[in-house]
Amino acid sequence: MPKPKMTFVERLYLPEISKGLALTSRHFFRNLWHHSLASLGLESRDRAMVTIAYPEVRRPYPLVARSRHRLTKREDGSPKCVACMMCATACPADCIFIEAEEHPDPAIEKRPRHFDIDMSKCVYCGFCVEACPEDAIRMDTGSFELAYFDRKGLVYDKEFLLNDDPHAVPAHAEPLSRGN
Amino acid sequence: MHTALDSLNAAMSAHPLLVQALAAVAKTVFMMTVVMLIGGLILSWVERKQSAIMQDRIGANRAAILGVRAWGLFHNLADAAKGILKEDFIPPDANPFLHTLAPFLAVSTAVVAFAVLPFGGTVHLWGQSVDLTIAPLPIGILFVWAMMGMGVYGVVLAGYVSNNKFSLLGCLRATAQVISYEVATGLTVLGALLFYRSLDFRDMVAWQMGHNLGQVPFLGHLPDLGAVLAHIPAWGVFLQPLGFVLFFTATIVEMTRIPFDLPEGESEIIGYNIEYSGMKFMIFMMSEFVESLLFAWVIVLVFFGGWSLPGLHLGDGVAVLFGHALPYASGVALEAAAMALKIVFFLWFQMLVRWSLPRFRYDQIMHLGWKIMLPLALANLAVTGVLGVLAR
Ligand code: SF4
Ligand code: SF4
Repeated sequence: MPKPKMTFVERLYLPEISKGLALTSRHFFRNLWHHSLASLGLESRDRAMVTIAYPEVRRPYPLVARSRHRLTKREDGSPKCVACMMCATACPADCIFIEAEEHPDPAIEKRPRHFDIDMSKCVYCGFCVEACPEDAIRMDTGSFELAYFDRKGLVYDKEFLLNDDPHAVPAHAEPLSRGN
Repeated sequence: MHTALDSLNAAMSAHPLLVQALAAVAKTVFMMTVVMLIGGLILSWVERKQSAIMQDRIGANRAAILGVRAWGLFHNLADAAKGILKEDFIPPDANPFLHTLAPFLAVSTAVVAFAVLPFGGTVHLWGQSVDLTIAPLPIGILFVWAMMGMGVYGVVLAGYVSNNKFSLLGCLRATAQVISYEVATGLTVLGALLFYRSLDFRDMVAWQMGHNLGQVPFLGHLPDLGAVLAHIPAWGVFLQPLGFVLFFTATIVEMTRIPFDLPEGESEIIGYNIEYSGMKFMIFMMSEFVESLLFAWVIVLVFFGGWSLPGLHLGDGVAVLFGHALPYASGVALEAAAMALKIVFFLWFQMLVRWSLPRFRYDQIMHLGWKIMLPLALANLAVTGVLGVLAR
């Protein structure tokens, strides 16, 4: 791609610099004005800045955002999953580990004895959710803050995946920090 | 109460030497407090907050004492605590003495230069006239330049003794940059000195206060305009607009701040201070802020009339503002406020430049220094000189 030719005024540099400085100082004075009004309680501070004071304030996540997985339950509380391995097969990161066992109910063929997801490998693609024929796995807990001192904390087991509390921490993990 | 004051007055009048000695101590303490407070504490807060406000952010505001956040002012204290508590690492192959000396060299040269900067005119105390300068040196501006030139030794030493190739390259960049611009810095301000005919900051300010644009050769003879110009003070910036722009640019180069921060290159190329940690690193940072205050001060003195306020005249014990008599003390206070406001403006403007412009490439810096700034400064000086001779 050829370099765009600069005009003489642009090559003088100072006019262009003044334009840039005018822009930044306009932002400075406008925000300073809004900050001052906000300090007097006349308006909300949002007009002076785009900052979201995480973790006290969180932006609302869209409903379709893919977050930490959960396993949905039957009415009796057991997992809906029938251990068909569809999700494990679809997973591009190869991070779902399922061990199947016989289900006591003859109408249902199998159930997972172990269902582990290694979240340190998961790429949040959502293929597992798409692949599941039973609507047994969903990514709608709204939890993104997966940080632990230890990789083991990121391996979620069946018991943990059955809860949908976004602030839950696995029993075997030491959390790095909790926002609240 | 009265008797105590009276006896103090009597004692002071009887011992002129005591007055001078006390004044010298007071001046030094005042100046060092200002420099350390602004250069060491306030400016790093200003840098954080101003950049944040310019970029629609809040800026650092989490450090709190007992729940009081005070707009992030405590971050400086937190920084200082961190700097002191951190490990003071000296590379195994470095010379420990020189490695420790470098940051102090960098900051002390900048601080010493404040000795010759006046923060006001002359005041009369108990019959003694006291110059509001720590060391009223007749060659003040030369002293500032000398100290400025010395400042690069700290940087060079830091890069050289760290025994690290990256810091060595950083200090080579610093040396080349500062030396290239030293010439231009000196030449840009010479045009203004042709008007003032003095190297003493106090004389420069006195000249700017005593003249108006109507008295300047050529400008004053312009038909119609001459009368209007007579109301405008003859500040250096009006006489030497090009000189001012060039000098301001050159001071940013000397401070090695963005857009000329190649010696550090904190965002990607690594600079001379890579082997420094803790308080020594912070001293390098501080020397940058102290220099920024120093140059704001020099610019105000040389180009913006120092403490002069248009319309205000201070005589012997009387102050006149646009024809109205004022108490002398309020006149002095107005001058001090004018000086402080001008310096604050330039500190703000330096920060504005630092947070608005992208960094130059190395060849662009050299091109700008040798092929643009130097010829322009020479031309500016030549034109000023020729016009000055013609006007005689
Ligand atoms: S979201 Fe994608 S990567 Fe993560 S477990 Fe599901 S299929 Fe695997
Ligand atoms: S696809 Fe659904 S039902 Fe099949 S193993 Fe995965 S979660 Fe269980």
